[in-house]
This record gives sequence, C-alpha cells and structure tokens, in this order.
Amino acid sequence: MAIFDPNDGGSSFSAPPAEFLLADVEEPPPDVGELPPGVGPYSLAWRRLRRNWVSLVFGGLFLLIVVLCLLAPLYSHYVAHIGPDTQNITGTVNVGGKAEDVVSLIGIPIGPTWHLGPYFLGADAEGRDVAVRLLYGGRNSLEIGVVATLLTMVLATICGLLAGYFRGFTDGVISRVLDVIWAYPVYLLGLTLGTVLEVHGLGPFHGTTLLSTAVVIGFVYIPYVAKPIRAQVLALRDREFVDAARQQGLGHVRIMATEILPNLASTIIVFIPLMLANAILTEAGLTYLGAGVQPPNASWGTMISDGIAGIPAAFHNVLIPGLMLVLAVLSVNVFGDGLRDALDPRAKIRLAKE
Amino acid sequence: MARFLVRRLLVMIAMLFAISLVTFLLFIVALPNGNPAAMIAGRLANPAEVHLISVRYGFDKPIWVQYVKTMANIFEGKAYSYQSGFNVLAEIGAGFPTTLSLTLGAGIIWLLTSILVGTLAAIKAGRYTDRVLTVLSMVGVSMPVFFLGAVLIYFLGYQEGIIPLSGYVPITQSPTQWLWHLVAPWFTLSVLFIGIYSRILRSTILDTINDDFVRTARAKGLSERQVLVRHILRNSLIPILSLWGLDLAQVIGGGAILTESVYNLHGVGYLAYQAIGRIDTVTLMSVVMLTALAVVVLGALTEIVYAFLDPRIRLQ
Repeated sequence: MAIFDPNDGGSSFSAPPAEFLLADVEEPPPDVGELPPGVGPYSLAWRRLRRNWVSLVFGGLFLLIVVLCLLAPLYSHYVAHIGPDTQNITGTVNVGGKAEDVVSLIGIPIGPTWHLGPYFLGADAEGRDVAVRLLYGGRNSLEIGVVATLLTMVLATICGLLAGYFRGFTDGVISRVLDVIWAYPVYLLGLTLGTVLEVHGLGPFHGTTLLSTAVVIGFVYIPYVAKPIRAQVLALRDREFVDAARQQGLGHVRIMATEILPNLASTIIVFIPLMLANAILTEAGLTYLGAGVQPPNASWGTMISDGIAGIPAAFHNVLIPGLMLVLAVLSVNVFGDGLRDALDPRAKIRLAKE
Repeated sequence: MARFLVRRLLVMIAMLFAISLVTFLLFIVALPNGNPAAMIAGRLANPAEVHLISVRYGFDKPIWVQYVKTMANIFEGKAYSYQSGFNVLAEIGAGFPTTLSLTLGAGIIWLLTSILVGTLAAIKAGRYTDRVLTVLSMVGVSMPVFFLGAVLIYFLGYQEGIIPLSGYVPITQSPTQWLWHLVAPWFTLSVLFIGIYSRILRSTILDTINDDFVRTARAKGLSERQVLVRHILRNSLIPILSLWGLDLAQVIGGGAILTESVYNLHGVGYLAYQAIGRIDTVTLMSVVMLTALAVVVLGALTEIVYAFLDPRIRLQ
C-alpha cells in the first residue's frame, strides 16, 4: 500500500520494511482450508489454567472446604449428635472406653479426641463441639465472604464504568468519593461502620447481623477494585469498536453494557477470588475486634477470638479454626493467582491493609 | 510546575475538608442515636439534666456550628472523651511513641525484606527458589495478623519463653527490653506486607528486565550486579516506595490495630480498639480522622515529590 501512496514523498521507491519481506519469503499465504478452528480468549485461558496443576489443586481444595461446610448440619446430626450452640460444661465424653470431662473442673476444655463422634476436634470453653462449630462457622465466614465480594464487584464495576465512560464531572465526583473512602484504613473504617450499624442502625440494618457485616466489608473494598476498572474503561472507551458503536447511534447504557462490559470480564473474574480471600480475612479481623459477627453465631473469626482468651490452656481452640481460615484463604489466593496468570498476566490488585 | 502544585494542594484541601465532614457526620449524627447528651448523662438522668448537658456541650446548636466547634476542639487539643474525661489529643500523644516504634521498625523490616525477596525471586524466576518464595509470600498474604500473633505468643512465649507475652517498654527506659518486646510484633506486622510487596517487586523487575536500557547497560560491559542495582532496581523500586509511604501513613495512624491489640501494645490503634468497646465517639472520631488526614497529606506529598523527579507525571 505505502509504496503507491502519493503522499509518501521520498520513501515511495524504497524497499518495504524488512518484516514484510521476511514474512513474504518464509510464510506462503496459508491455505484457508487448513486453518485450525478459531480459539477464543477464554478457551486459551482455560488451556493455560489446566497446565497450572498447583492452582487447580488449590481450587479443588477450596471447593472441598465449601462442600464440607455446607454439609455441617449432616455432620452435626449424624456424626457428632450435638448442635453448634449446645453448651455442655458439666457433661462427660467417652474417649476410648473412658469417660472424660468435656470441660475440666478448673475450666480447661478437652482437646481433640480423634474419635469420630462428639468432640472429634475437642471442645471450647463453653463445652461446645469445635468440629461442629468449625463447619457451621465456616458456612457463615464463607457466606459473608461471598456476599461482600458480590457487593464490592457489582458496585465497583458500576462506579468504574460510569467514571471511566463519562469522564469529566461524573468521573471527578466518583473518583473523589472513592478517594475519601480509600483514605481510611480498612479496619478503622470497617470498625466505625460496624459500630454505627450496631448501635444506631442505618436503613434496614439494626444491630449486627451476618448481612450487615458483609455489607460493611463489601463497602470498604469498593475503591480498591473500582480504581483499576475505571482505568481500564478509560482506555477502552477510545477504541475503534466503541466509536463504531457510537456512530451506529447506540445509547450510553447500551455501549457500556454490550461493548465495554464484556471487555472488562477477565479483569472482573481475576478480582473475584482475590476479593473473596480478602473479605474472609477481613471478617475474621473485624470479628476479633468486636465489630463483626456477634455471639452466639459462629464464624472462624469468633472461634479464634474466643480461643485467644483461653490461651495457654486450650490452644487447639485457636489453632484449629486458625488453620482452617488460613487454608481456605490460601487456597482461594493460589487459585486466584493461577487464574490471573491464565486470563490477564498484567492485571494487578492492591491487597488489604494489615 | 507551579500550576500542578497549586492544583494538587487545592485537591488536597478539598479532600481534607470532605474527610473531616464525612467523619463528623458518621460519628456525631449516626452514632450516639442522635442524642449524645442522653448518653453522657447516663441512664438515671432526668430531662432537665440532659438539657443542661446538651447546652453545655453545644448539642442544641445547629449542625454546622457543632462541626466547626468539634474540628476546632480536636485541632486545638481541647477535645475530651465523654466517657473517660481524658484529653483525646493527649491520649493519642501518649500512645504515639509505641505505635511509632512498632510501625517504623516493622516498616523498615518489611521494605528491606521484600526488596531482597522480590529481587531474588525475579532473578531466579521459574526456578526452585522462585517457587518456594512465591509459596511463602502466598502464605504471608493469607495469614490473619491476630492468628499469627496468637501462634507466636503461644509457641515462643508460653512454650519456649523466648519472647515476652505482651506489653511495651519505652526505648528511653531500656533499649534491650524495648527490642525484645518488639521483635515478635514487628515480624507479625511485616509478614503481610512482605508478601504483597515482594510479589509486586518481582513482577515489576520482570517487566523491566527486558527493556532497552537494560540491554544497553549490559552492552556497555557493566557487571550483572551493577546492572541490577543501578539500572533495574532503581526503576522497579518506584512503585514499591510510593506504596510504602501510604501504607506507613495508615499503620502509623492506627491501621496496625490488630497487631497492637493482640500484643497488648498501648498505641494509637489500641486506643481506637478500646474506644470501640465503650463506644467512645470523640476518641474514635479523632483517631479515624487524623489517620485519614495523614494518608491524604502524605499521598499528596509523595505525588509532588514524584512530579519533581519525573516530569511525565506533571503532564497527566
């Protein structure tokens, strides 16, 4: 093309660039009939993910934890024969044919018995079954994590889309609001909002419930996800296909939903596991500080913070829920890392404070 | 440059105002059921007493008068906790050395360690060392601070007796005791940040390692070590350092609340933690607001410093 371009001036008669020459010599025009079927970005990503067996194993581990926690009522009913909130301070439990106190006379709970049945993983200070509470608590922790993650992703995507697409005044307002949220340390803001909901109530929330904790966590993390999404929308909105859609007369909402949003999908997918890991950790942290899940509800956070009060006599009350929490968060993180490598190697997420 | 400076400072002032307003509204309007006077007066007070307190504290004034007065009180150091009666600024000042010892020490540790770990992982990318370091940083990122603290206190404190169980000794009183009490908290606070920073540094180094200027440096005949330190690290450290400034501002202002409460270090974060327990709005509001303000000011400062160093930023 360039050779015949009259505006090209002096270079009209020079040789075409080297790479065109090379391409012409080494690769004859491929026979259309032999072209492999097209490979979409997602099947490519799936191929890359399938090769990364470490992250698949950890993804499977997380699924296993989720399934175990969902089976909590079955375990409680058929194996342990004890509910998650059933206290048993004066009772005894049969360990290898010997009856032992669940909570000793000086208040030290029994450690793991390793016999399937009641108190498989020991008891806590109130004589409640640690294994049963671990599964029920896991359900609450995971529920909060999932709800908070969904909330963050939906709101952050909307904020990022609006700010990046309309730019100007809208962007200014949204970005400044996000900056204000971002300036507060995650735990201090979470504590404050949690306390406001607990003491005063806001809208439909009165007192601390699982949902209110999830809402607080989901809200706190919005800027961390909305900022990268906004940056990506800013780059996308000037691309040719968006111009084309605009010139076809499509409305703003339509362009955002059908042209830009599909291109954000891989970023959003990458953020989801990382946010989930963060949300589960934050729930535990807020609960430890007293602004998260409230007793008698179990969560991994409440179990650890109850257990810390019982150090050093009954350390299994800290260790067991703590290890479970680390395992769950680690498996989500490793899986999310593999997912990011597969989908979008350059995406970067900012993780939580402390 | 002057225009950039003025614009940046104006944005900063607007942010400071917005943060103070949001914090004030959140605490004063939402928190004590809209009637702080009743809260101060206690359960047995009669309406006349509540009214008296209301007038004395100025709760009957319009909201914007209260806002101005509260801000003036906080910044002049005349804000007193409704619960304990202590001067809030004095309490923050009392906790500040502890927090500063904890966070500055930890900040230096996590910065240096993550530079070492991240560089090592990038040089050995794809090899065994890199894999091990990646797994370790993943574990670090997934570790809840208070769980790590509890594990260290139990195994190293109760079982082995190597570290003290809790508490803080001022450096002026005994430097060795100070160090001994802070080793475990420093480690606990650093672990998460080492995980995050080393992974960011690893990927930025891998991004720059194939740049033209690195090839030029090698072609000039510089040793690998000089190429790494003078050329690659110098460029890759920029994002880490700006992150470090902001994170440090947050932990100094009370963001290290989990570490401080699990090790019983009576710093700024611990103050906030206790204030939550007794719903002490004035104290909590002051801590939260001063922290957010510190983050905004330090963020603006970092940006201005970078604009001096790198003219491309000014043009954006």
